[in-house]
Amino acid sequence: MKKFSLILAILLCAILLLNGCGTETGDNGDSPGEEPGEENGEEMVLTFNVGTEPETMDPHLSTGVPEATMMLQMYEGLARLNVNSVPELALAESVDVSEDDLVYTFHLRDGLVWSNGEPLTAEDFELSWKRALDPELAADYAYMLYYIKGAEAYNTGTGSVDDVMVEALDDKTLQVTLEAPTPFFMSLVAFKTYYPLYQPAIEEDPEGWHLSADTIIGNGPFNLVSWAQGQMEFIPNDNYYDADAVILDRLIFTMVENESTELTMFETGEIDMTHTVPGPEIPRLEQTGELNILPYLGTYYYIFQVEKPPLDDINVRKALTLAIDREALVTNVTQGGQLPAFAYVPPGIPEADGSDFRENGGDYYSYDPETAKQLLAEAGYPDGAGFPSVEILYNTSEMHKMIAEAIQEMWKQNLGIENVTLTNQEWGVYLNTRDEGDFMIARAGWIGDYLDPYTFLDMWLTDGGNNNSRFSNADYDRLLAEVRMLDDEVTRMEMMHQLEDILMEEMPICPIYYYTQPIMVKSYVKGYASIAVGGIDFKTAYVEE
Amino acid sequence: MLGYLIRRIFSALFAILIVITVTFIFMHAIPGGPFQSEKAIPPAIKANIEARYKLDQPLHIQYVDYLSHVVRGDLGPSFKYRGQTVNGIIAERFPVSMQLGLMTFAIAIIAGVGAGIIAALYQGRIPDYVTMFFSTIGISVPSFILGTLLMYFLAFKWGLLPAAMWGTPQHVIMPAMALAGLPTAFIARLTRSSMLDVLNQDYMRTALAKGLPRWRIIWVHAVKNAIIPVITYSGPLLAAILTGSFIVENIFAIPGLGKHFVTSIYNRDYTVILGLTIFYSILLIGLNMFVDFAYTLVDPRIKLTGGKE
Repeated sequence: MKKFSLILAILLCAILLLNGCGTETGDNGDSPGEEPGEENGEEMVLTFNVGTEPETMDPHLSTGVPEATMMLQMYEGLARLNVNSVPELALAESVDVSEDDLVYTFHLRDGLVWSNGEPLTAEDFELSWKRALDPELAADYAYMLYYIKGAEAYNTGTGSVDDVMVEALDDKTLQVTLEAPTPFFMSLVAFKTYYPLYQPAIEEDPEGWHLSADTIIGNGPFNLVSWAQGQMEFIPNDNYYDADAVILDRLIFTMVENESTELTMFETGEIDMTHTVPGPEIPRLEQTGELNILPYLGTYYYIFQVEKPPLDDINVRKALTLAIDREALVTNVTQGGQLPAFAYVPPGIPEADGSDFRENGGDYYSYDPETAKQLLAEAGYPDGAGFPSVEILYNTSEMHKMIAEAIQEMWKQNLGIENVTLTNQEWGVYLNTRDEGDFMIARAGWIGDYLDPYTFLDMWLTDGGNNNSRFSNADYDRLLAEVRMLDDEVTRMEMMHQLEDILMEEMPICPIYYYTQPIMVKSYVKGYASIAVGGIDFKTAYVEE
Repeated sequence: MLGYLIRRIFSALFAILIVITVTFIFMHAIPGGPFQSEKAIPPAIKANIEARYKLDQPLHIQYVDYLSHVVRGDLGPSFKYRGQTVNGIIAERFPVSMQLGLMTFAIAIIAGVGAGIIAALYQGRIPDYVTMFFSTIGISVPSFILGTLLMYFLAFKWGLLPAAMWGTPQHVIMPAMALAGLPTAFIARLTRSSMLDVLNQDYMRTALAKGLPRWRIIWVHAVKNAIIPVITYSGPLLAAILTGSFIVENIFAIPGLGKHFVTSIYNRDYTVILGLTIFYSILLIGLNMFVDFAYTLVDPRIKLTGGKE
């Protein structure tokens, strides 16, 4: 009896003790009272659900959109993207571009400093970019820097770091020489792989400098002051050159992954803004005015494995593409404000004269079951008779399944194809299957890296790493190589329209819709900017009383 | 006793080695790898990354290399969460899951044993039916439904508690209740049936005949013996709830360890998969050993060294 009660007593003590400890650290984690500025009444606080924990807070290593949102607040490059995702000079005050469009000379602003007050110089850029290219660092996005002369050679181990053509001429001047004319280079220098990083922090702890709010030194509109218990807190960075433009007193990012929890917290007012919306809620939120559909530069499409019969027949591919009612699909199935895609490159990319690439390119096809039927008959399958069994592959997800089912039904109704089967695979397995070309039709999505059609078109190069359709066209490859070397913006865009013409004529892919990013946002949240290539910028965000 | 302990530890180490080996083999047998994404990265960069994490070595070398690190207590770097180590992930997240787990465990033991005793004492009467009705519900309603219901009423409808997140004592209540539902119900049933068993024993009648007070008979003679199945169950139960629940952590946005048990597999984050498996095995084996010792304290008839003495 005594022994027994002793065990119980020890157990209870242990529980109380451990609970006690845990709670204390919890309080330290997010105590709201440590900041000044509360004397003049209410602080202006905005809580945004970024939806997930960051995979890494090292801007050179990160690849995801949530990380992009975090870094947009904490860092800034030579340029910064505006509301329309167009680059505007940021840390650079001016830029001189050589006659041949190969040498960029950036002049930094006066008096730039890091968030800790240390001066930020052109040399910081040089060292940071070379660090991003270091093969030892092994950054996924190192290829975003390959436009710089010597960068690819250094990163792939065939060249030296000294041959990377980025050089700090003095404290305020940075000179970059490119491999080829790159009209979207200003857009690239706004990208996170091009951010300058505070070198002393990296030297002190190369692996872990970005793991704690205490050791991260940024240079953007906000400073990260705490990161614990699934929550990040930012306050304005007084050392930011444009600090006057920052209105919020405090910015909080929560990391709630579950969509229905996110909805509950939005309803109870625990969060003001989210990164997503549960699909079925969209019509209701539209009514209450708490829905905002942000642009998102991406296309959802099906890949045809063109080596596999019957998909090796261009008429079959066309027939399948024309027989999908995309309007019905986005209004009845996806319901997330997506736009039906009648071409491949999504809208939102400006050409030289500011007009939209997509508008200029127009639609390549429409919903046309009659023509689809004819094409299928020409291919030798009148009314779907004798059509071999085809399989649609998608990664396991309710939404992909619903879309595939709808398309399966449309092909049956419009073309008389009976034997379309669906198969789903877990993400990693699915990617592997796609890489190996071991599928017939596969679902895919592509989000642009920068605001230029090239980010969508270059992947269909023969044997390209992302060319899962195994599409191969000599004209396409040749045009692509020409575009790469071209510096005249007008002809360049013309050629990219030609590239899209070839792609839509050959139809190795079947575009389905253009992505959008529907979010929940309280009506009092204003001034935020959504970046179409990923991320939300809160620099000028505010809360209206 | 010491000999027994040493033997147990050796067999535990052997079991862990088998767990590592089997996990290692299965993990590498799944198609795909940690550095795969919809945006294929250039082969040269992929080679850089694989070289950095020694994934370019033959599997048996990787295996030996991994074991040699594990022996030194180093579970390696995470592939997905760059810059973080598996040791770091466990150190950061386990305290959160443990805090929630211990709270859950306390609720389950106190409420479960209590309800079981009441049900047994009032066998066939209303308190028995009521507790057993609720325990049937507790066993059949999954934690995510319980959690969602709790959130709907306590946070959304009545505004009593924060809906989710972590950091204050209020944040622990709903997830602990959601997690405790099933074990509480299960423990109530265990306690009830073993109590009924004990209550019908001869020594109960003896105690009654001796004229001992009723509370003493129940607490000292009945409960102490009836608790043994509960102790058996609490070893694996503790190991499971201390390491966190994916679904409850997801619903309540708790930065615990449970999430990584699931996502590491999707991510093919090899070191995290292995590290967590090892961690869980150690916890499970350790707690089971503790349970075996606890038996001897509760029931003197049980001897650890078996028939030798």
